[in-house]
This record gives sequence, C-alpha cells and structure tokens, in this order.
Amino acid sequence: MGGVHPHDMKISRDCALEQLPVSPTVYLGVAQHIGAPSVPCVAVGDKVKVGQVIAQPGGAVGAFIHSSVSGTVKSIASRPDLAGRCTTHIEIAVEGDEWLEGIDTSDTLLTTIPEDPKAIVEKIRLGGVVGLGGATFPTHVKLSPPPGSKCERIIINGCECEPYLTSDFRVLLEKSEQVVVGAALLQKAMGGVPCTIAIEENKPEAIDSIREAVSKLGYAQIEVMEMKMMYPQGGEKQLIDAVMHRQVGSGALPISVGAVVQNVGTALAVYEAVQKNKPLIDNSVTVTGAGLPRQANLLVRVGTPLQDILDYMGGIPEGTAKIISGGPMMGRAVANLQAATVKGTGALLLLSEEQTRRAPETSCIRCGKCADACPMGLEPFLLNKLSKTKDWEACEANAAQDCIECGCCLYSCPAHIPLLDNIRVGKGFVLSAIRARAATKK
Amino acid sequence: MSKLIVSPSPHIHSKDSTRSLMRDVVIALSPAVLCSVLFYGLGALVVMGVSVASCVLLEWAITKYLLKKPSTVGDFSAVITGILLALNLPYTTPWWVVFIGAVVAIGVAKMSFGGLGQNIWNPALVGRVFLLVSFPTYMTNWTIPHGWFGADAVSGPTPLGIIQEGIMQGVSIKELTAAYDYKSLLLANIGGSSGEAFVLALLAGFVYLCIRKVVKPWITLSIFATVALTALPFWLINPDVYTGPIFNLLTGGLVLGACFMATDYVTSPMSVKGGIVFGVGIGFLTMMIRYFGSYPEGVSFAILIMNSVVPLLNRWFKQPKFGRR
Repeated sequence: MGGVHPHDMKISRDCALEQLPVSPTVYLGVAQHIGAPSVPCVAVGDKVKVGQVIAQPGGAVGAFIHSSVSGTVKSIASRPDLAGRCTTHIEIAVEGDEWLEGIDTSDTLLTTIPEDPKAIVEKIRLGGVVGLGGATFPTHVKLSPPPGSKCERIIINGCECEPYLTSDFRVLLEKSEQVVVGAALLQKAMGGVPCTIAIEENKPEAIDSIREAVSKLGYAQIEVMEMKMMYPQGGEKQLIDAVMHRQVGSGALPISVGAVVQNVGTALAVYEAVQKNKPLIDNSVTVTGAGLPRQANLLVRVGTPLQDILDYMGGIPEGTAKIISGGPMMGRAVANLQAATVKGTGALLLLSEEQTRRAPETSCIRCGKCADACPMGLEPFLLNKLSKTKDWEACEANAAQDCIECGCCLYSCPAHIPLLDNIRVGKGFVLSAIRARAATKK
Repeated sequence: MSKLIVSPSPHIHSKDSTRSLMRDVVIALSPAVLCSVLFYGLGALVVMGVSVASCVLLEWAITKYLLKKPSTVGDFSAVITGILLALNLPYTTPWWVVFIGAVVAIGVAKMSFGGLGQNIWNPALVGRVFLLVSFPTYMTNWTIPHGWFGADAVSGPTPLGIIQEGIMQGVSIKELTAAYDYKSLLLANIGGSSGEAFVLALLAGFVYLCIRKVVKPWITLSIFATVALTALPFWLINPDVYTGPIFNLLTGGLVLGACFMATDYVTSPMSVKGGIVFGVGIGFLTMMIRYFGSYPEGVSFAILIMNSVVPLLNRWFKQPKFGRR
C-alpha cells in the first residue's frame, strides 16, 4: 500500500567504512534515546576510559551511556543537541585512546551463542544498545515483551529505503558475519524464534554477502528476504506487513502481532555488546551530498561535533543550504554544527538550495496522489484541511494519530501543499487528547 | 558561510507539479489536435485557436480584475479546457459561439466556483452542453473530414445522429451501419466533432498519460467495459434497433470523454474503487441516453451527472486504513 519511488541517490554506496579520527573534545548527551534521560555518574575532573559507564538509566525505559573516548570530564552542562533543544551533555577532553579492560577490540569473530536468553538481554542492556534505525528505543526493553504477548519472529531491518543513506548497506556488506551473529543473538534472546533479514533489492551485493554468511555460519531458522524497492519499505509497520502479512493496529506495538524489528546497525551493536563486551560507543554515519568533494561512510564515536566530521570531509562546500541529520525524507535539518552526534545518528546529508527548494503552494487539484502515496492509507488532503481548521476531533476520526510522518504526501503533492507540516500539528493535538483520556481513565 | 535552512522534513520533492501534469495532458492531446487541423483544415484551426485563446484570456482577466489574485494561467489548465472544448465542437462553429462556450466553461463552470480544484463539473463539458442546448443548429452541423484545400465539404451527420434519425423512420440498424466499417470509424472517415473522429490519436495520447502516470487507467477502462457490456445484451436481443458494442465504443465522444474528460482530476473520484464505480455510472448512463434518450449522444451528460456525485463517491469509497481492517 502506498509509498513513493524517489531516485535512490546512493552516491556513497561504494565508499568503504572508514574510521573518523577521534575529535579533541566530545559531548555525550544524556537524552539520546527514547525514554527517561540518563543520570550522569561521573564528576567534573574524573578520568574516563573508552567504554566506561558515564551515565546510568534514568528509568525502566532508559539506557546506559558509555564514554566513547578516553580523557577527562571537562563539564556536565546544558548545551543544544541535534534537534536544537538544550539538554545535559557530558563534555570529555580526549587524551589518548585507552579502552576499558575486558573489551575485545580484536577482529576475531565469535560465533558461539550463549545458552541463556536472559544473559543476552542483560548484556545488551549493559552495553547501552538502543535502536539505530532512527527511533533509538532501548533495545533490551524491546526484547522484553510485556506479559501475555509472544514474539513469533525477529525481523532485521536492512531496507535502508531512504535516498542517499548507505551506512547500513556498508555494514551489511563489510560486517555480514557480525550482523548474522547479532541476528542469531537476538533470535536466541527471544527464545529461538525464526528470524528474517530483510534487504531491499537495490543492494544485491549485500544480499549475496549476507546469504553467504548465513549459510557459512549455519544458524537455524535465519532467512534472507529480498524486499521491493519502495519508500518507506523500512518503516516498522510497513516492513512487518511485507514480511509477515500482518498489520499492526493503530496505536499498537509490533509485538501485538508477534513481531520484533531491529535495525542492521542494532544487530551489529548487539553482536559487539554480547560477544565482544564492547558497549555502543560508535556507529556508522553516511556523509553525503552532491556538493562534497568526496562521499564517505564513517565510523564515528558517539558525541563527535558535526563540525569536526565536516572538517574531516574538507569543509562545507559552497552552495550548501541545508545540513540534515538522517535521510532527506525523515531526517532533521540541523541548526547548529556544534551539536554532537548521538547513538542514533546515521547520516549527515548536505543539500543545495535547489535540491531542497519547496515551490510555492498552489490550489489542491484533488488528484489524490497524496492518498495514493500514504503508506498508512490515510487521506492527507483531508487531514491537512482538518488540521488547518483546528478540528481535532475530526482529525482523530480520520486517524491523524496513525501518521508515521514519512513525508510521502508532501513529496508527491503536485500543488506543493505543506501537507505533512499541517498534519503534524493535528497529530500532536490528537495524541495529547488520547493521552489525556488515558490519564483520566486511570 | 551563508545561513543554513532549517525546515521540517521531507527535504526533497518529486519533480511533479500541477503545471508539469497539465503540460503532459496538453502533450497527450496534441495528436488529436494535429489530426483535427490536418483533416478538417482551416476551420478547425480557427475553432481551436479561438477556444484556447479565449479560455486563457478569460481566466487571466478574471483572476486579475475580479478575484484580484495572482494569475493561474501558467498551470496550463485553461489551455486544456480550451482544447477540450474545441475538440467537442464542429469545425464550422462560428467564432462567437466558440467564445460563448469559453465564457461558460471558464467563467461559469470554473472560476465562479473558485478556480482550478474547486469546480464540480468539467468546465469544457459544461461549455459544450451549454452550446448544445443553446445553439443546436451550429452544434450539429457535422462534416466529414476533407483536408486543408478539399474542394467541397461533404455534409455528414455523425453516425449516432444518422442512426437516431433512421430508427425513427423505421430503417434497420444493419442498413444504417452498413456505411461504417470499423476501419473508417478508427481512422476518422466519418462525420463528427473535431475530437470524436480521431479515435487512434486520442488513444495514443491516453496511453502516453498512463505511461507518464498522470492518470490511472481504471476510470477509462471501466467506462469502456460498461458501454460494451450494456450494449451487448440489447444488441444480441434485437440488432435491428440497437447498435452493437464495438460501434458504440468507437462512435460519438466516448473515447474523448472517457480518456480525457472523465479522468479530469478535479471532477473524478480519488480512490480506485470510486473511480471504477464512477466509470460504470458514466458507461451505463451513456448507453441509456443513446438507446432511449432524445439526444443521439450521451457521453457529455453522463459525465456531468457522475461529476455531481463525486463527493459522495469520495466519501463512500476510501482506501482501507492500515491496521484497521
């Protein structure tokens, strides 16, 4: 259902993963995942090593944060994050690159899966692993289904359906075996359910490489599935529908239909956390844009200021109008280059004014392209109108709360109506109304 | 460095715009326009020119002087209305009749509702039907195509007109349709308005629109299927009184209407299901008017009637919402 087919623009696909040199200073935010912000457990002046816990989970839905560098804690203070919100960051001045003992930094592949599922989940929790597909939901929480629900399938999301992005592709290609072991660990953590690694058809090399790793490693019940190229194929609900032919209901979690989806990057982080004792301190970031002198897929330590990444790439090219953290469809335009990367940062995309220009809005011609494109089966033209007239009840009746903000409607509108901009407003009001009702019921 | 733009996602946009979609429709109509000018000669060119020029000028003048809004003629929709109106008229239509048609199409049917996107009925059809009921003499003076410098224009009523006339005089359909083999119907060797005579040119344009994904074929196909399926039983029961399915598909304004007027975004349903129901309605009404109505041709009326129920069809036939089936 729905979806659009933008040009995939994966101009960085042939750039092998490379290590970004460690920045002189990193800033680790305490709120880089969904849930309660973490609570710093170091003090200014403390010496820390790579992989050392510097903040503890602030609640049941929370995550450990580890130092991504070795050095001295300079400050624990508020500064703007990628979204422009001021949150507490732990500033560390880098000295050397000394890793905490017990972390296996070798390339040796460890394929033996621990027997105890609980031990796996606990190691994932201690490793501070969060979902790297964009939502940064703490992985161990996702792996602990509420009582009464049962996981029937693990899906490893390797769709990477957004244009430009190639970091998951490079991980699939270069770390195929680690990803497959990670998948096997997740499978074990959920009690040995079947696992599907879903990859879009525009990544044939990755599909071959993963297939090879799966047959070589010989874990039971892991299959590779070639997905149609369509945006947003990698949306959680869309992917579950495509793989399992089950639709997650409005407001429900994937587990309600027996699915748990984890991103490729998360599978790699799980492998490293469980097998190598390496917490989530770096991730792969695509740095791309037609104006850049070269494209890259970088392994970036969490907390690296964007400016340092751009300097490494040769500075910001002339004519750059927008810098986006993430892909062009759902990523966030960055206002401040001093902001630091977080665990979930997957890409930095530089667009020129021409590439990102929005033409002036004209009258709706009722072509229905927005409704055709909506992967949730909504009527964006209608929700747009209802949001503008502030009819929140009608917004809810027409399921504004189901909008996944994929941007397909705005992308495809020939009249350039800011559909999603307006629908977001309506969705916000509907969601708060739903929450208020739930609160009064309790 | 210059300032960075910070705005919400998505940050890219498809190349489609209202203007590009409408331009594709103009391109799709161009084979039929070319044919009409080539086969009907100067008269068709005058009708086409007057129609397009008056539609564009009227829209420009109305937006500028009455609505006091930025001009919308750049989106090509007025050009399409002009072309469609011209394709619906005999090439002998006097220029002032064409102009009145344009006033009704653009002024009444389109701009008085608020312009592109707001109108309920297809503007060109409203213009055409207005002229048909107001100036029936001019509107039924059909001629067989004769080319640019053809010696004599051969007066030839449309096949559907001949048949209606003939049936009233008690002549059987077999005799009446003997003059028309399917080749002459396809290749425009018949009397008709500029547009209805060039079936192949129209179909070529429609295929182009489908390939470019400007329109989806469902509405058009469901009209064709309904016309054929409605005609079939009547024709089988009494071929002396009722014309057959293929004859009905190839004559009148059916191809022009089904390909270019019923598929108008503004006045057709959005969902596939709604579109199919819309098409069935048009096909059925067309055949009812052709068989039992007082006009020989019914496509225009059928489309206008179904245009009126589009808001209802949009309400009844929605695509299923994800996770709520």
